[in-house]
Amino acid sequence: MGKQAAIELKNITKTFGSIIANKDVSLTVNRGEILSILGENGSGKTTLMNMISGIYFPDHGQIFINGQEVVIRSPRDAFDYKIGMIHQHFKLVDVFSAAENIILGLENEGKFNIKQSTSKIKAISEQYGFEIDPDKKVYEMSVSEKQTVEIIKVLYRGADILILDEPTAVLTPQEAQKLFAVLRRMRDDGKSIIIITHKLHEVLSLSDRVVVLRKGEYIGTVETKETNETELTEMMVGKKISLNIDRSEPKNCETRLEVKNVSCVNREGVKMLDSVNFEAKSGEILGIAGIAGSGQRELLESIAGLQKLTEGQILYHNPKTGKTDNLGDKTPLQIRDLGVRLSFVPEDRLGMGLVGNMDIVDNMMLRSYRKGKTMFLERKKPKNLANKIIEGLEVVTPNANTPVRRLSGGNVQKVLVGREIAASPTVLMAAYPVRGLDINSSYLIYNLLNSQKEEGVAVIFVGEDLDVLLELCDRIMVISSGKISGIVDARTATKEELGLLMTKNNGGTTDEQ
Amino acid sequence: MSSKVNKVHEPLFHIAKRTGIPTWLSWLIRILSVAAALVACAVVTVILTGENPISVYATMIDGAIGTKRRVWSLLQNTAILLCISLAVTPAFKMKFWNIGAEGQVLMGGLATTACMILFGESMPSLLLYVLIIVTSIAAGAIWAFIPAFFKAKWNTNETLFTLMMNYIAMQIVSYFTYIWSVPKGSGQIGVINAATRAGWLPSIGGNAYLINIIIVAVLTVGMYVYLKYNKHGYELSVVGESENTAKYIGINVKKVIMRTMLLSGAICGIAGLLLVSGTDHTITRNTVEGRGFTAIMVSWLAKFNPVYMILTSLLLVFLQKGAIEISTIFGLNDSFSEIITGIIIFFIIGSEFFVNYQIKFRESQKGGNK
Repeated sequence: MGKQAAIELKNITKTFGSIIANKDVSLTVNRGEILSILGENGSGKTTLMNMISGIYFPDHGQIFINGQEVVIRSPRDAFDYKIGMIHQHFKLVDVFSAAENIILGLENEGKFNIKQSTSKIKAISEQYGFEIDPDKKVYEMSVSEKQTVEIIKVLYRGADILILDEPTAVLTPQEAQKLFAVLRRMRDDGKSIIIITHKLHEVLSLSDRVVVLRKGEYIGTVETKETNETELTEMMVGKKISLNIDRSEPKNCETRLEVKNVSCVNREGVKMLDSVNFEAKSGEILGIAGIAGSGQRELLESIAGLQKLTEGQILYHNPKTGKTDNLGDKTPLQIRDLGVRLSFVPEDRLGMGLVGNMDIVDNMMLRSYRKGKTMFLERKKPKNLANKIIEGLEVVTPNANTPVRRLSGGNVQKVLVGREIAASPTVLMAAYPVRGLDINSSYLIYNLLNSQKEEGVAVIFVGEDLDVLLELCDRIMVISSGKISGIVDARTATKEELGLLMTKNNGGTTDEQ
Repeated sequence: MSSKVNKVHEPLFHIAKRTGIPTWLSWLIRILSVAAALVACAVVTVILTGENPISVYATMIDGAIGTKRRVWSLLQNTAILLCISLAVTPAFKMKFWNIGAEGQVLMGGLATTACMILFGESMPSLLLYVLIIVTSIAAGAIWAFIPAFFKAKWNTNETLFTLMMNYIAMQIVSYFTYIWSVPKGSGQIGVINAATRAGWLPSIGGNAYLINIIIVAVLTVGMYVYLKYNKHGYELSVVGESENTAKYIGINVKKVIMRTMLLSGAICGIAGLLLVSGTDHTITRNTVEGRGFTAIMVSWLAKFNPVYMILTSLLLVFLQKGAIEISTIFGLNDSFSEIITGIIIFFIIGSEFFVNYQIKFRESQKGGNK
């Protein structure tokens, strides 16, 4: 077959108002190859792919498919050209089964025949090695199963060109490996696969060629065989960045938080935490590792007073008064009234940590608005704080009165972390604080956590990247199915060790090896 | 693969979201939209009636502000509509769909009526005013609190609940209009205390409605300050935007829901007082005339900003008054005036699209691409 261009972009430009999302981007995807689009957050990867899949329309430039110029005005047009995109956020109907979701919206000739569709789905699954039950309802599925449905959905429509937007962001390492195997099989079958990512090791292990974008501009294409992490990082960020995270020795460690025998259940009554015991010490970073959904969120929310405990205690040793309080049965307000300076950077930044429609100043006020004896708000201090954070953390925003939802992901996180740190906490909890952030912003967050640690704060860091956990934290606690499966010294532990602990005492609920 | 590939059609235009827009431009767009609405209305007028649109508009303006009495009536009606709009605003800002303002106003009005009928003769007037104020505010507040309480405790659907409360309020008022009807059994209360004027809001400088307007003006400023500078106002915006964020920072969401609805209902109660004691001096089940619903539009159009609400309520009342005049003068039926009102509101709401989005036309392609 040789190298045959399946899709070719020429000088594609797209602007949103005054923001240039893509500028003169040209690239080629061949038949039977996996192409990675690599770039930091906000480098225009998703926008570019959305133009191929018909969600956006380019301001300038041409798209060629199989050598012929085409115009893609809608996702339906894209399907006609056999292009299918798997979005980061799945677009499935929860109460429908896998098969129903897959055939939804197809204009079939003749009768609606779910049996026939089901057998076609099974055939596709077998061909590429998917594991899927066509009759299973989407709301009963794990994230990885939902992704499988999305992929089969586009294959079912006969897609030759598949675009996957950050496909591994929601997967465990094992699930990601499975997905990669499937993708390789599709490539061997002659399909063209584009994956959007910012995880370097995935790029190197999976793709044939890499296209690098930076700030909306096309930087270059390299053969994966002929490149390495350092070169790609340089292309991505434009300058060399040390991959080493500074780590100081913990000093003056005192037990600040003692979690004793804590259990809780979720709304459906499923046990999410099961007799959890650990201590968080001042002046150190305690990492929490685990497969997504193992109880990390419930654990942090329990400490923050947002989750009702079914049993156990959370003891806080107040460094000022020397008293010990149980936070386990208190609301967030009661915890604050006790003088506990607890800061929490939740996983859901705009849905929980911040209010998207409010400006930066009003978001600063979320923590402090109760201060002052009058019934009126005091906006001067929050405004100063907002400006301090914008300057100190280099938040890219027109001004402090811009609604937070208008900021990019990294800048949103800077605002949130900045506010939480400004409260001069004694305990700082951060859930996936660098998720979706580019390298520069990630390092900024690591440095902030480190400086908090040096100031004697007990830092709890929930992370997903094991390399980061091993380089940043002092101790790492691994949580698996709501139980603590081990606490290790981050300076001596290995990735394999953590990986094993993460899958330990797993009740075999979702894993099928 | 298909033959379709050869046909290259770039769409004529596409729509892009604006990232920011200068204030002057957004207002220019809005003003232009009103102008466009007037042109559209003129065309419709000519097609449907054959009348000269200019004279129709002149009649409209005359109907709204043609005489001193009409100006007062316009301001008075604006005041009442604005008052109810102010009442529903905190609820909607909290994303609590209070479509029960109709009933809440009615209950406030009923409380006022009861005080005037039962104690109008026996009580010193100052005490009577105090009693009227307290009971009407309480009646409106209770009517709003009931659905809020159920929402907070059992997460019931507030839209249905508040709507149903409207019907209950109407039936209660029907019942009492029968009990208190003059003459007995006529089903109509008639003007209460017509001779003594007990419980009537006093006229200032001979203007019967001035006191209503002053009260609503004070409420407008109060609500603006409450929403923008008060801690409670801030809390209810947070609850409206994201309940999870509210819980995260320790706001008691249930308490905020109940507190806000008490406020919403209390202001509805005041609106009822203004209607009965300050305007009609009587009550029927239709006293509120659907303004509990119109108020929702006033509030949303103004994006919950009490100062803008002065403009939106004035606009709606102006259109309504003008439209009625058109129907009378030109002998057209009511539907025609509603068509005009509908077209104008459509353009005003539509203008928000152009404030938020821009249209990009296809760039002319040179070089012979087909």
